[in-house]
Amino acid sequence: MKVLVTVKRVIDPYVKVRVKSDGSGVETANVKMTMNPFCEIAVEQAVRMKEAGVVSEIVAVSIGAPQCQETLRTAMAMGVDRGILVETEVDVQPLAVAKVMKAIVAKESPKLVIMGKQAIDDDSNQSGQMLAALLGWPQAAFISKIEINGDNADVTREIDGGLEKIAIRLPAVVTADLRLNEPRYVTLPNIMKAKKKPLEVVKPDALGVDVAPRLTTLKVEEPAKRGAGVKVADVKELVAKLKNEAKII
Amino acid sequence: MAVLVIAEHDGKLLKPGTANAVTAAAKMGGDVTALVAGHQCGDAAKTAAKLAGVKKVLHCDAPHYQGFLAENLAALIVPLAANYTHIVAPATGFGKNLMPRIAALLDVQQISDISGVAAPDTFVRPTYAGNVMATVKSADKIKVVTVRGTAFDAAGEGGSAAVETLAPGPDAGLSKFNGQELTRSARPELTAARIIVSGGRGMGSAENFKILDALADKLGAAVGASRAAVDSGFVPNDYQVGQTGKIVAPELYIAVGISGAIQHLAGMKDSKVIVAINKDAEAPIFAVANYWLVEDLFKAVPELTAEL
Repeated sequence: MKVLVTVKRVIDPYVKVRVKSDGSGVETANVKMTMNPFCEIAVEQAVRMKEAGVVSEIVAVSIGAPQCQETLRTAMAMGVDRGILVETEVDVQPLAVAKVMKAIVAKESPKLVIMGKQAIDDDSNQSGQMLAALLGWPQAAFISKIEINGDNADVTREIDGGLEKIAIRLPAVVTADLRLNEPRYVTLPNIMKAKKKPLEVVKPDALGVDVAPRLTTLKVEEPAKRGAGVKVADVKELVAKLKNEAKII
Repeated sequence: MAVLVIAEHDGKLLKPGTANAVTAAAKMGGDVTALVAGHQCGDAAKTAAKLAGVKKVLHCDAPHYQGFLAENLAALIVPLAANYTHIVAPATGFGKNLMPRIAALLDVQQISDISGVAAPDTFVRPTYAGNVMATVKSADKIKVVTVRGTAFDAAGEGGSAAVETLAPGPDAGLSKFNGQELTRSARPELTAARIIVSGGRGMGSAENFKILDALADKLGAAVGASRAAVDSGFVPNDYQVGQTGKIVAPELYIAVGISGAIQHLAGMKDSKVIVAINKDAEAPIFAVANYWLVEDLFKAVPELTAEL
């Protein structure tokens, strides 16, 4: 079966993000970019399913600036067969992502779409569930395990109090949570091989999708800072502070 | 203006987060209706009717709402949407799973995890692991919103809303609920706890978490963990506090052997008092701590438990 995965290019999660001085957005010039960590988990899952013989072809899709081609190449170095970049400079919000993906699904007819549960830049946690809705497909969000059984998948989901098991009919959309797998490191020979894999570039217009944002960002700012703390010498002093100063225990 | 709050419940009681979502909903303006949909959830509907600020409760009971499958709940809620200006749910695993499905079917761009209501169409929400607060304005006719529980007080009791029965929607038949494995604990839930004791990679093993359990039991606290501790397999994922785990803001947060990665700070830096115990004097966690102790946790934690 064919699987689609999505990969988003984001600011590296270990980089300290800075707000532009005019409050219009976040500084992205000369900032290290990387593949969204949850997208990496999604890609890894697809690759493992291919290695296990369950999946025959993996297509990765990225939406955004031309530089997203690098992110697609990384996915291909991990084992994805080919890439599609939906190129746009617009701030593509989750609903628009879902609409673009719906158009790609119509062209590619995958049996499964694996996405990251959340992008670590805008922290929306929406696109996968939205895509499932637009397609009228079942969804399994925040999964930590998936097993394909013919036309169904048995899935374990991470929920607030523990784990949940559901069975979904295929085709379906699933979103990857942290414990689904540990993504592999890409090796140099695989990076070289990835350069030769096909990468198609299309525009949202060609897919007939309007990606105009629905939400306008009026301003961005840094959150209020916490006051400086106090270093305590030992446990006795800590307990005294908590009792007498913070009055919390 | 009219707001529909989708209640999260266990059939009998409301889950933490719903009462906070009601407070956020009241700030959006207009009457607040709560929807309690599930299987055998009459008691939860009665509980919702007692929430201050709730004008009406819609109670919908059917076997196919067991497990709160998003496909079935969305099919119930979408046809109701025309009666409301806002559809609101807590930004918990439940709300995060369900609400985008509703928003997409309504052709609405959802606003996730809000921490403030600036106007009926304008909301403040944390992005980049809480390091950037964005104020966003929605152009959509219906606003679909999830609410960060720690940013709003829980609505109190004292309401006496009428409970109306709502006929169930269709069973989409796309997915099937096969059960839950809940982490059993006598301790409070992370998102409702007054005190949280959290462990990180420095704990070294699952076995070593027992010293945190002892401290937590002494304090009546919940036990949490950093993503590093979950990644290392010391504790289950539902212990995780952080950008991609639970967002907490207890009165006291004790971080033990946690270095303080950006993504962990995102989940706990709004706690009232933060205590950090780490042997590394350069640990970034100290930057957000009210009190910090540079010491080996295997010495400090048992000592702290004994001192209390």
